[in-house]
Amino acid sequence: MSESSVSVVKVIRCIVCPTGCQIQAISKGSDIVFEGYACERGLEYAKQEFYEPKRILTTTIRVEDGFLPLIPVRTDKPILKDRLREALNEIAKTVVKAPVKMGDILIENILDLDSNLIASRDLVKK
Amino acid sequence: MKKYKSDVVVIGAGAAGLAAAIEVKKAGLEVLLIERDKELGGITLQCIHNGFGLKEFEEELTGPEYVQRFINQVKELKIPYLLDSMVIEITKEKLVYAVNRNEGLIEIKAKTIILAMGCREKTRGAINIPGFRPAGIYTAGQAQRFVNIEGYLPGNTYVILGSGDIGMIMARRLTWEGCKVKAVVEIQSYVSGLLRNQVQCLEDYDIPLITGFTVTKIHGHERIKGVTISKVSRNFDRIIGSDKFIECDTLLLSVGLIPENELTLEAGAEISQNGGPLVDENLETTIDGIFACGNVLQVHDLVDMVTAEAKRAGKNAIEYLDTRYGKELKKQKTFKCISGENVGYVKPDVINKEDIAKDIHFTFRVKYPARRVLIQFKDENNNVIYSRKKIYVIPSEMIELNLNLEEANVNPKSKSITIEVIPRPEVLIEED
Ligand SMILES: Cc1cc2nc3c(=O)[nH]c(=O)nc-3n(C[C@H](O)[C@H](O)[C@H](O)COP(=O)(O)OP(=O)(O)OC[C@H]3O[C@@H](n4cnc5c(N)ncnc54)[C@H](O)[C@@H]3O)c2cc1C
Ligand code: SF4
Repeated sequence: MSESSVSVVKVIRCIVCPTGCQIQAISKGSDIVFEGYACERGLEYAKQEFYEPKRILTTTIRVEDGFLPLIPVRTDKPILKDRLREALNEIAKTVVKAPVKMGDILIENILDLDSNLIASRDLVKK
Repeated sequence: MKKYKSDVVVIGAGAAGLAAAIEVKKAGLEVLLIERDKELGGITLQCIHNGFGLKEFEEELTGPEYVQRFINQVKELKIPYLLDSMVIEITKEKLVYAVNRNEGLIEIKAKTIILAMGCREKTRGAINIPGFRPAGIYTAGQAQRFVNIEGYLPGNTYVILGSGDIGMIMARRLTWEGCKVKAVVEIQSYVSGLLRNQVQCLEDYDIPLITGFTVTKIHGHERIKGVTISKVSRNFDRIIGSDKFIECDTLLLSVGLIPENELTLEAGAEISQNGGPLVDENLETTIDGIFACGNVLQVHDLVDMVTAEAKRAGKNAIEYLDTRYGKELKKQKTFKCISGENVGYVKPDVINKEDIAKDIHFTFRVKYPARRVLIQFKDENNNVIYSRKKIYVIPSEMIELNLNLEEANVNPKSKSITIEVIPRPEVLIEED
């Protein structure tokens, strides 16, 4: 293996605890190794962030006849970071009707990402 | 004028007020919640992002989900509450005056009062920015309310001044809504909010974070057209020749929060250096039987901490009614808690010597970030009664710890306790 095949492909700042270790994803030949983490939880996090970064999406949906014009919502599981924009576009097209209860599924299995969009609060009728 | 009575009156129905009222009601006492807004829940209702509840529920919830759980409990316990009711005055005799939309001015006679009015956003710094005052300048929290509750966007292109959490969270939120956030500008050399928000709200979306700079000019007459930012020296003086123009139609200020205490002050309670009321270890203000909790007492990092503090305030109010209400005031001997090196403020402000054998819950913040420090408590004679190492301290992270002063061998005659955060001596020697 030549020296030049070793390179830092990504620097990931660990957010699991306030120490904020800088973890490097290094490609060595065909392998990826991680360096710079101070504990196992950090390594877990770095792997997830490197291979399949996911986020909980939190936003709002328009409501008809509600006490308020919007209801806050979230995905019940983290979804792929790369698909957040698409999911937001989908949500922007949706309108729900009051009343809504916290936990109600407002969009089922959004974009087939294996996650439901649920209401974050109760919202009564106007 | 309509008159009411209640054992306990809680002012403000945010996370703090709700938890305090629930605590009191569960003990079988009468409690009344008074809220100026049109619904229960407080500021957490507009914090629609996740990250709440890890301590309290061991689950990651959004702000609205977090408070909904408490609102549901308030309703199950049938705790009475008044909405659209703004408290305008409280007195030492524990009379509470509020204006209610339907009933006009009302008076509530309380045996004890719990203050839970929350905080407001600072606008410091922005006040001194030269230029006109065109439309398009908001605090980050105002923008959060517009976008998340009222459902409109205050602008299209943004500069955010200050790297507080609300500002960073709004940067992501606005990006998601299709707006362009040009930059987050921070006068300090470090970010004031949480690392998690820096990474997930700014870095994830390539939003530039410009530290060591501040806004020095606002352009535009009717509507803001842009801002000039300039590099600052250590003393925050503008460095000539470092100006940069950024075009934007909206400027958001996220420069921190400050407890909201006009009512407290007018009632005659003493206010301490952090802007919150001066309290003892029972969270009791300098007015007998008036307690404070949540952001009105001190700005917390996490709503979970607010809940924990509010429960303590509730318990202490119950104990007050059981043991001290209606009895003559005893003048207590106290330890005064002093903020020493690199400590911005400490709660409690004073400790009654009679509680020397109890675990005291201390909360404080440092003034500036530091690595490898020693947290030290000293009595009046400079005897170290407690010390603990910490790898990293930063003003945005509140430090909490419990200490039993008797077990720590405090000199009972000492008039004060000083808390300091100093560089670790061995680090100087080790040089590693
Ligand atoms: C803009 C903003 C964003 C935040 N984002 C986060 C976050 O992302 N994560 C997190 O953990 N924490 C966040 N916090 C902090 C967290 O929400 C607070 O710690 C928590 O909500 C504080 O609860 P509280 O009850 O003390 O105050 P609040 O929730 O502010 O409640 C105070 C209540 O008192 C009422 N009130 C005030 N004065 C009167 C009066 N005179 N009469 C009647 N009622 C009155 C107010 O209307 C309000 O409902 C944020 C705070 C702010 C200000
Ligand atoms: S790697 Fe471990 S110590 Fe370092 S920031 Fe992550 S969780 Fe904290």
